[in-house]
Amino acid sequence: MTAPPLVKVEGLTRVFDVSRPWLERTLAREGRRLLTAADGVSFSIARGETLALVGESGSGKSTVARMTVGLLQPSAGRVTIDGIDMWATARQRERQRLRRRLQMIFQDPFASLNPRWRVARIVADPIKAFGLAKDWHEREHRVAELLRLVGLDPADGAKYPHEFSGGQRQRICIARALSSMPEFLVCDEPTSALDVSVQAQILNLMRDLQDRLGLSYLFISHNLAVVRHMATRIGVMYLGRIVETAPAAELFEAPRHPYTRMLLDALPDLGMTGRPRRPIEGETPNPIAPPPGCAFHPRCPHAYEPCRVDVPALVQRGGRAVACYAVDTGRI
Amino acid sequence: MTQPVLSVRDLKVGFPTRRGTLTAVDGVSFDIAPGEVLGVVGESGAGKSITGAAVIGLIEPPGRILAGQVRLGGERIDTLPAEAMRKVRGRRIGMVFQDPLTSLNPLYRIGDQIVETIRTHSNVSAADARRRAVALLQEAGIQGAEARLDSYPHEFSGGMRQRVVLALALCAEPDLVIADEPTTALDVSIQAQIIALLKRLAQERGTAVLLITHDMGVIAEMADRVAVMYAGRIVEIGPVRDVVLNPHHPYTRGLMGAIPPVAARAPRLTQIPGTMPRLNAIPPGCAFHPRCAHAFDRCMRERPERLAVGASSEAACWLYAEPNAPQGAEPAVAGPEVGA
Repeated sequence: MTAPPLVKVEGLTRVFDVSRPWLERTLAREGRRLLTAADGVSFSIARGETLALVGESGSGKSTVARMTVGLLQPSAGRVTIDGIDMWATARQRERQRLRRRLQMIFQDPFASLNPRWRVARIVADPIKAFGLAKDWHEREHRVAELLRLVGLDPADGAKYPHEFSGGQRQRICIARALSSMPEFLVCDEPTSALDVSVQAQILNLMRDLQDRLGLSYLFISHNLAVVRHMATRIGVMYLGRIVETAPAAELFEAPRHPYTRMLLDALPDLGMTGRPRRPIEGETPNPIAPPPGCAFHPRCPHAYEPCRVDVPALVQRGGRAVACYAVDTGRI
Repeated sequence: MTQPVLSVRDLKVGFPTRRGTLTAVDGVSFDIAPGEVLGVVGESGAGKSITGAAVIGLIEPPGRILAGQVRLGGERIDTLPAEAMRKVRGRRIGMVFQDPLTSLNPLYRIGDQIVETIRTHSNVSAADARRRAVALLQEAGIQGAEARLDSYPHEFSGGMRQRVVLALALCAEPDLVIADEPTTALDVSIQAQIIALLKRLAQERGTAVLLITHDMGVIAEMADRVAVMYAGRIVEIGPVRDVVLNPHHPYTRGLMGAIPPVAARAPRLTQIPGTMPRLNAIPPGCAFHPRCAHAFDRCMRERPERLAVGASSEAACWLYAEPNAPQGAEPAVAGPEVGA
């Protein structure tokens, strides 16, 4: 890839203070408790590409998504979109213009739409906020066009969100996200609240829109099958770090990191091939007190001494990267 | 064939409202043999959970069973008085719900909860019950069971809690376990552990399992037979292999095609246009006909019976009653379409 990536994320880190209130803490004589939700996460997304972040609950995928779209300030690290640093203090005007070019789609289509606004007003809001239409007439026209684009009827604009099913609401969310003509969409579990058949409709729609409008996606999901369907590249997260990135097909064909291997092993076998399924042993450790060294080592069948001491770095090799000592040294 | 553990016949469950009775489950029939796992799969609102609740007699009033029979070991249980039903619950039917946190009492140590359940259903001393509780927790894969007996539910992680709930459901050695979305609240890796555990425990004890889930993956992993529900009715039932690999009912085909495959990136997913009808607007005839690409006039008039299809499956679809029907035909369901 010679073109510079649209989105570049470097060393993104976010620490949350989860201490108890000052008085309780002082009485109980305990210190502050800090939770590192994301730790040195780096990736880049090219135009028209879908990068998926996959991981179990608590792996920090949503935190990374919120930082990438600018909803949450990183503790450290940089987010650069088309060469503009999102959190730098200089170039205020440029950053404001940048906001138009990225939008987010949330998991819960019930909580992310204002129940007291009609759909047309919801979809028109970003157009108004960014001053993208000359007059009322042009705005109405844009809204109708957007509703048609996501497979709804322009007449639906007069209705309220409660009159729609979950899948239709997610279509409204997509129409709203597209109304500012963004280039980059961050989608945080956009289909996990939906039934399979409705999920298929939304996934198809998202892929069609990508082809038509040349969108780039950061796609967050815990569902490997959905990720397989949507992503061009996949990043696997475990306890706040990316442990492996690879092109989607390669990751599924030949996973390298032991955690990725286990995740794929744990996938239900719909093809009924009789493939023996090895459940992953153990559980995700407490993120407040993560194990030293590689966070995965207590559950890892290949762990040896260095894994318990140092955190392995993400080592680039070809188009893929793996953070594992055992892989680095050729043990597995 | 041996007598089935559970036999449900023409079960109909309704909820009276000001605008008439809504029928959530409409004429559902199935059997479960000893040691067999029957999966019930469907999308939200298909009536899966209501079916489970009806079997165990826990339908929230004003909802009630309007018609049909539920037999456990040959004996009718849907007509039992509340007090007698209470004895059946827990003793002969165990229950595992989706959210392990709501099925455990947060104020009691888990040991006390298990011991209480054991002593309610069998006449043993407190010490014996405690010993049995330890054995059960160990079997459910909880390490250091002896010590964990004195922990409260909040001290366990989600997966561990679900193990405790499994132990609790099995502690009276029931004939039947109803598991309603037992793994939905859990992470993928933990999900696999719980499925393996439930499967092993059921096999070892010869317990029949009614597994309710929306996740075809869970069904494929665990069930022996599967019933697909749509709008309160069973549209297809058969051995899990047949239904998953060679579905007959157009809805089942659409459902299978809608699941993103893992093996290769599909160009498009099969799309069933529209959504499941609401309970107050279930279409006449076959409830699926407005969304079905193969529907013909009979589907709009007459409600399809379950007809034998394939080796040992049944599908409620008129396509299989016509002499020139596309029996076992190519799964040509609903073409691609953006809007729906």
